[in-house]
Amino acid sequence: MSNQNQQAVARYHNNFLREVEERVEDGDWVKMCMQCGVCAGSCPLGSAWEHTPQKIFMMIRAGKRDEVLKSDAMWMCTSCYNCIVRCPRKLPITHIMHGLANYAHRLDMAPKGQPTRVIAKLFWDNLVKTGRVNELKFSLAMYFKDGFVQGIKNAMAMQSAGLSLVKAKRLNPMEIIGGHKCKDSSGIKKMIARAREIEDRKKGFTS
Amino acid sequence: MADNKFAAYICSGCGIGDKIDIGTLEKIAKKEGKMAEVKVHPFLCSTEGVQLISDDIANEAVTHVCIAACSRRAKTEAFYFPTVAMSRANLREGVLWVVAEGDAHDEVRQEMADDYVRMACAEVKKMKLPEGNPNHGGNKRILVVGGGMSGMTSALEAADAGYDVVIVEKQALLGGWGAKLWKRVPFKAPYAEPQDTGVAELAAKVSSHPRIKVYVGSTVAETAGAPGRFNIKIAQDADIVEETVGAIVQATGFTSYDIAKLPELGGGQANVTDQAGLEALAIAANGAAIKRADGKVVESVVFVQCAGQRDDTGKHLPYCSGHCCATSIKQAMYFKDANPDINTVVMYQDLRVPGMGEDFYRSAQDKGVTFTKGRASGVESSGSGCRVSFRDLILDEDTSVEADLVVLATGQVPSAGVDLEAWNPVVMAADGGAEDAKQKKAEMQKISILNLNYRQGPDMPQFKHGFADSHFICFPYETRRTGIYAAGPVRRPMDMLQATEDATGAALKAIQAVENASLGRAAHPRSGDLSFPTARLEGCTQCKRCTVECPFGAIDEDERRFPKFNEERCRRCGTCMGACPVRVISFENYSVDTVGSQIKSVDMPDEFSEKPRILILACENDAYPALDMTGLSRTVYSAFVRVIPVRCLGSVNTIWITDALNAGYDGVMMMGCKKGDDYQCHFVKGSELAHYRMSKIGDTLTQLGLEPERVVTHEVAITDNTRVAQYINDYVAQINEIGMSPMKGFN
Amino acid sequence: MAKKNYAFYPGCSSQKGASASNFVTSIGMMCDKLDIQLNEIPDWNCCGASIGYGEGGELPRLALNARNLALAEKNLPGQDLVSGCPACWLSTRETAERLHQHSDLMAETNVALKEAGLSFKGGVKARHMVEVLIEDVGFAGMKAQVVKPLEGLKIAGYVGCQTNRPFGIAGESFENPMYLDKMIETVGAEAVSYDQKVTCCGGALAFSEPEKSQKQIRDIVESAYDNGAEMIVTPCQLCQANVEIYQSEINKKHGTKLAMPVMYYSQLMTVAYGGNSKQAGLDGNIIHSQKLRDIAAK
Ligand code: SF4
Ligand code: SF4
Ligand code: SF4
Repeated sequence: MSNQNQQAVARYHNNFLREVEERVEDGDWVKMCMQCGVCAGSCPLGSAWEHTPQKIFMMIRAGKRDEVLKSDAMWMCTSCYNCIVRCPRKLPITHIMHGLANYAHRLDMAPKGQPTRVIAKLFWDNLVKTGRVNELKFSLAMYFKDGFVQGIKNAMAMQSAGLSLVKAKRLNPMEIIGGHKCKDSSGIKKMIARAREIEDRKKGFTS
Repeated sequence: MADNKFAAYICSGCGIGDKIDIGTLEKIAKKEGKMAEVKVHPFLCSTEGVQLISDDIANEAVTHVCIAACSRRAKTEAFYFPTVAMSRANLREGVLWVVAEGDAHDEVRQEMADDYVRMACAEVKKMKLPEGNPNHGGNKRILVVGGGMSGMTSALEAADAGYDVVIVEKQALLGGWGAKLWKRVPFKAPYAEPQDTGVAELAAKVSSHPRIKVYVGSTVAETAGAPGRFNIKIAQDADIVEETVGAIVQATGFTSYDIAKLPELGGGQANVTDQAGLEALAIAANGAAIKRADGKVVESVVFVQCAGQRDDTGKHLPYCSGHCCATSIKQAMYFKDANPDINTVVMYQDLRVPGMGEDFYRSAQDKGVTFTKGRASGVESSGSGCRVSFRDLILDEDTSVEADLVVLATGQVPSAGVDLEAWNPVVMAADGGAEDAKQKKAEMQKISILNLNYRQGPDMPQFKHGFADSHFICFPYETRRTGIYAAGPVRRPMDMLQATEDATGAALKAIQAVENASLGRAAHPRSGDLSFPTARLEGCTQCKRCTVECPFGAIDEDERRFPKFNEERCRRCGTCMGACPVRVISFENYSVDTVGSQIKSVDMPDEFSEKPRILILACENDAYPALDMTGLSRTVYSAFVRVIPVRCLGSVNTIWITDALNAGYDGVMMMGCKKGDDYQCHFVKGSELAHYRMSKIGDTLTQLGLEPERVVTHEVAITDNTRVAQYINDYVAQINEIGMSPMKGFN
Repeated sequence: MAKKNYAFYPGCSSQKGASASNFVTSIGMMCDKLDIQLNEIPDWNCCGASIGYGEGGELPRLALNARNLALAEKNLPGQDLVSGCPACWLSTRETAERLHQHSDLMAETNVALKEAGLSFKGGVKARHMVEVLIEDVGFAGMKAQVVKPLEGLKIAGYVGCQTNRPFGIAGESFENPMYLDKMIETVGAEAVSYDQKVTCCGGALAFSEPEKSQKQIRDIVESAYDNGAEMIVTPCQLCQANVEIYQSEINKKHGTKLAMPVMYYSQLMTVAYGGNSKQAGLDGNIIHSQKLRDIAAK
């Protein structure tokens, strides 16, 4: 169990709903779900979800902490916002899914190597470095996320697409040695660090 | 009374004169219809046209008026001549607007119009001017039985409208169910918090109202008489007090389903209670932490919804009581408001919170009440509390939850008195001398509420599951006892807000009833009708069909065992007239003859004409309006039909059918309201009785050597204007297929 | 006519040499014709996109977006922030709204912004390019500039997710928005009706969940084909990239022959306004539309 996780367990004594309300983005909405199932029927990758948003809300209420946080369900969210606009109770479901994923990742309970989790981290790291996303570095990093050999395979698989993008001037191979960058990237780094620190304090994370 | 003088007035307006030869109609009215006067006017409903008729009534001593113009349902204000008998030939909606356009149809159109004029003349000749019931009572006080939320509201509404009220409550105090509550479900915005019941204030208002006389600790020992003249015996301790009233509101509410019948859900265990039990605990706590009977402060509670309700095994209540979800939400808030840390679970299968209950539900979620979609399978004691086992219907697994206290949301059981279906056989046996039946009868009588001395039994007929029958689809407060109105959970499950609305409606109906009764007129749905049924007792065979079939219990028996009509209790449906095998029952303006003569007046083409004639007997409440609307929307139907409106299909006497078939009609269609559990029949049982009677007509048809398809019955709602045209056209096609009636030309 | 000025937030994918660079090319002439002046926000940063949540928490993402809003507020006062990218727009607008509604978040965000030497007062409105076209220019205004109507071109308007939800274009329904069809008709082409107008293309999961996303894309393209479309048009960068790029992958895996051009509305408008292939960024597409090229060359 990660340190963060142990602390969370100690802090909430199995009151998972309260934990979610306090620590997950928009988590205080979970109790307002009326279990109609509209969200479950609205997810584009619906059948791939281990538990639909509707079920996740019920599981939180039933205190199923491990099952929720260890699930890869919320990592299936494509951010299509279908559920948000349809939920009769106006739950910000997309945000809650993002929030749960983020929280599970923080506690290191999210499934290891979950592709979206890996990519999300790569993306963020890429962005924090320069303030902007460098698509080539990002893509390359992505191809190698599963290790070197798999990376070559992945890159080969998408090679033709990549080449056509290069030809269409929509992927710049020169970026590997430079590319886009914010002038005040150090300011941005500091800003993000500060924001994170405030949030951690507010949500009771101790590092 | 002066001699009868008959006059017909034909309107050529609205395009009638363009398509129909008015000259022919005039001749028919005069020669065949034997009208003393026949006048044509180009715009009969105009001031001038109406004046023409009024003048004839005033100066020419016209006593019977036949108007050949639009439907009897149109221009009723213009053609209002209360001092004469009147019939209407429906040339506009019934002919002009429904017969296909074009010269090809001129002939059949004219024939149809001719027949309608013949029929209207024939009808009016058999009519008398109804003069109203001369022996009516005029008491306008209103008795309210039951002093709960519904009863008190009815009493106040009626009293504030200026009517004297007598209210009878069997408990020592007014308040009923409402007085046992700690708080009530909110009925005002923002619908977020339980609110004070307001029962005490209401009771004080009732008690101090100058127009309301309150009897508490009292019951109704006998109800005799009829609207406008009910004699009520009120039993108070050992005393009997007599009161006379004009109408009655029965607001006797409900009791909650006995949890002892639910051992599987822990009914009978110490830490399991029902919603009423929880209210008592909450009142005892007075806003502080709620304690169990054993004094332990409740730290976790589970509400089990639909306990013994919506049950399809036949063991418990099959219906939903409608209020219990909101009630549990309210009770869950009692806990959360006292201490937000109390674990409060509402276990539901479908949470049903109609109306603004949705906001209340949301508010409870906001307070942290946990809503679990699950089906409880068992409650057993565990530790110092209970364990509720359930199927989680979302996560699809069997699981359980522990709680200090379990509250079962049980249903409403109506307090409607004696079930007449069970009563009547017992009475019959008791009358036959059976001792056990006599005892049973005495037992049953104890739960009677009204103790009506009617031949038909001591209380109102019940519908299903013990609720008072009250025409729930169209006229919710109308029961099957005229002048007696049901309000609140006695007629269907409901919450407090609905009950107060109900109570207001019932009070208004009671007021309408006493006003109509005091003028000798009928109550709903023929409100204001002055005709009433009479029987030529010389011809009566004492078969009792009228007394039994009258849906409203209007007919008692006199000492000689003849039917005794209580006109004020009668709704003027004519069901008795339809039932009477020797046809001795009639109204002044509606009788076996008024309809029979119309049937016979139609000009019957011969067998080889290829012009079938089909008689339609259409209920005036829904089917006839639907036919008018068919005209209004210019939907075409066959010109071979002849429509006669009837008060109710229940009033159709089988003699009309035999007369029609004998006269050579090729088919008879009957159109009435929906029957059965979701009946729409304005007279509740009329349509059903008609269907039943017609199911027996097969024999007659066989005797006549006719196909069973020659008589058909349809359920028609007022909105069925397109469908009704389809029925007609399909039937005409079917008749063409089976061929013309062989009965033509025999008379 | 006086130019309408906007604080322009291009977003990462619209940078030179990035996946939506041809989008930026194509809006140049369109904006000129419509008197829209886009003033790039100096030193803007990434919005965090729809995948930033995994590692970045709530406040870091709010701070990122607030930085762009603050830069616009400071350097381009009085101008609405406009983005052509739905994800950028969505993140920025959501940030602006959340900070507006929660004063505590506003205060905390400003503490973080201070590290980058900025502060945000809340005075900037975040809008999508399409909103500017519809609300500030209007359909009539867009139509007025058409010199080469795209006659005979059958187009499936693909609105996708984030231009449509959760905010959408005012007055449009989430389930069947009509504005894109109207824009297609405005430039003289025919909008076909098909049932995948607002289906998700898989979004950022195109990388991590390729199978599942490609199923979405295949449904979209096939439905467009089935309903007689010769081209898909979208207002979304991610939709454009996903739906165009992965067709060859799908073909390889499933033996299909998908080759449906996927364009931006701005490319259509540029051509209709008389622009050539280059101005419309047509060379930036992987799957070409000969018809559109022909019209552009006319
Ligand atoms: S936003 Fe996420 S959770 Fe909501 S419907 Fe789309 S994919 Fe599902
Ligand atoms: S749509 Fe909303 S209310 Fe319905 S199940 Fe999903 S989150 Fe709950
Ligand atoms: S059957 Fe109808 S008309 Fe006859 S007595 Fe009863 S209510 Fe009156």
